[in-house]
Amino acid sequence: MRMGFLTIYWRDMIRFVRFRTLLISSLVQPALWMAFFGIAMSANFTRLTTDVPPIPGIPNVGYLTFMAAGVIAMTTLFTSLFGGMTLLFDKNWGLLREVMASPLPRDHIIFGIALSGMTKSFIQAIIIMVFGIFIGAEFFMGFSPLNVIFSILGILLFVGIFSLGFLFLSAAIAISFESPEGMQGIMTLLTMPIFFASNALYPVNAFPPALQVVSMGNPLTHLVNGIRYFAIGDDFQAIGVVYSTTVTELLVSLSVLIVFALAMFGLAWWRFQKAVVT
Amino acid sequence: MAEPIIVVSNLAHRYGDFEAVKGISFSVDRGEIFSFLGPNGAGKSTAINILTTLLHIQQGSASVAGFDVATEPAKVRESIGIVFQDVTLDRDMTCWEILEFHGSLYRMPHKERRARIEELLELVELEGKRNTLTKHLSGGMKRRLEIARGLMTRPKVLFLDEPTIGLDPQTRRRMWDYIKSVNEEGTTIFLTTHYMDEADQLSNRVSIIDHGQIIATGAAWDLKNMLGEDLIYLETSDNDAAGKLLQKMPEVTGIQERPHGFYAQVNQDGTHILPKIMDDLRIAGIRIQTVNLKKPSMDDVFVHFTGRDMRDDGAEHPSSMHAKTGRR
Repeated sequence: MRMGFLTIYWRDMIRFVRFRTLLISSLVQPALWMAFFGIAMSANFTRLTTDVPPIPGIPNVGYLTFMAAGVIAMTTLFTSLFGGMTLLFDKNWGLLREVMASPLPRDHIIFGIALSGMTKSFIQAIIIMVFGIFIGAEFFMGFSPLNVIFSILGILLFVGIFSLGFLFLSAAIAISFESPEGMQGIMTLLTMPIFFASNALYPVNAFPPALQVVSMGNPLTHLVNGIRYFAIGDDFQAIGVVYSTTVTELLVSLSVLIVFALAMFGLAWWRFQKAVVT
Repeated sequence: MAEPIIVVSNLAHRYGDFEAVKGISFSVDRGEIFSFLGPNGAGKSTAINILTTLLHIQQGSASVAGFDVATEPAKVRESIGIVFQDVTLDRDMTCWEILEFHGSLYRMPHKERRARIEELLELVELEGKRNTLTKHLSGGMKRRLEIARGLMTRPKVLFLDEPTIGLDPQTRRRMWDYIKSVNEEGTTIFLTTHYMDEADQLSNRVSIIDHGQIIATGAAWDLKNMLGEDLIYLETSDNDAAGKLLQKMPEVTGIQERPHGFYAQVNQDGTHILPKIMDDLRIAGIRIQTVNLKKPSMDDVFVHFTGRDMRDDGAEHPSSMHAKTGRR
């Protein structure tokens, strides 16, 4: 088996580690979200929901716990969508020519970049979990050590497949666009609806029906479902809404992510076959 | 008998309505240094991009190292090395990493790769810079590292696109020495340049390319000889009359006008003809203000074949070239 994508991966990781500002900001930024947005919002939600009596018999989690899963998902989304940006810079600075003129098959470029983006998402997800628990998120409550390990692997599985999907998409956009500004514009257009039409920060139950449909097709919603299932449990309530997830529902969410990732890989593959870099 | 390693026939390429390359044919022999000489925008880079498989071939055919660029691009890629016109080094990787990355891209076995890196760092005298980030290298060092990278995989043909652009004269001469020594070890070199002296000093054969067409091909020496033995430059009180008078002389094979005077091409040793020319002009009542005698240069060859000075249009100055070399 050809392992050419590992060469691309190696180089991208060198850059990730070498750019201290990039490295540190990408690690600190999700923690800041947790620290500021999470604590501020959770204080408000706690105050607003004092009138809502918890449904007896179902474990109740605070807003911080609820949104911590959303922050993992959001960070994965942003990191992955911008993960392809490096290709755009490489293309504009002529660095991609070396790779395009080499015998390396083009899908290996896609895989290499996706793999390094996925690695970054894993690192960030773990940092958010650790930091989240540190500031009071009730993750893995009452889990046995073996269960915790299993749950972390489950979260990483969801995060990994989701991030691959968006990294493929990002790579496809990067290879098709000339300017970073253009790509930035597309990214902003994409992130807004994906982020806000999801269950990352609030329940979708109160959405108008049309928006609910959108959120059901939104990969981010399915990622958040998976993370909450593994980090909090299959049956809990938060801010007055009950979340119970069956194994079937979990597998549906996973399937949506897999289908999305495959479709995005197809898109990237097609764009790369057509790409001319001189 | 030399066998061709690059064969190009009727190669044409257009970008929309613009015809960048208009049906060129040429071949490069194994082991030679071959130059494409022409101003910027002449079609040199387009041709090199097609030969290196970065651009799809639109019309005509081309083969490199025995492989067709249209049907066997992967084989072509494995057989060639490329040094691009702009610096294409990742600023945040070390010299060693640049070469390691390149070797891995081409699937060189680990042991061979590591040995080759040491060999090449020595060849281009960058052993001491092994762990230096490329952003801390001088322009000449960067170019040397790029040449080393181009040689990593022991290519049969090394493509050099404007290899000494933006380098100081001393560094350029050293680059030429490197290129020559690489060639002596058996690598065929295809280079494009808009520097006359580079084509002249470095290559076995030169093709002059202008507006997407090859205008002349031959050894630099032969091309220069086509202009005659010597060039005599004159500025006189009446350049038109003087030119007409000289054209009648059997030794004068051509007149090239210049802003303040003209060149007379002569087919004999100019030192013998010059006194006769000066006598004839004086008899005709034309006063000579300036006189100069020189051997034809590649500049003169270019003007001769294209009818204009290469610097007149498009040829950029090195100082304005490098807007694109920095990263981030």
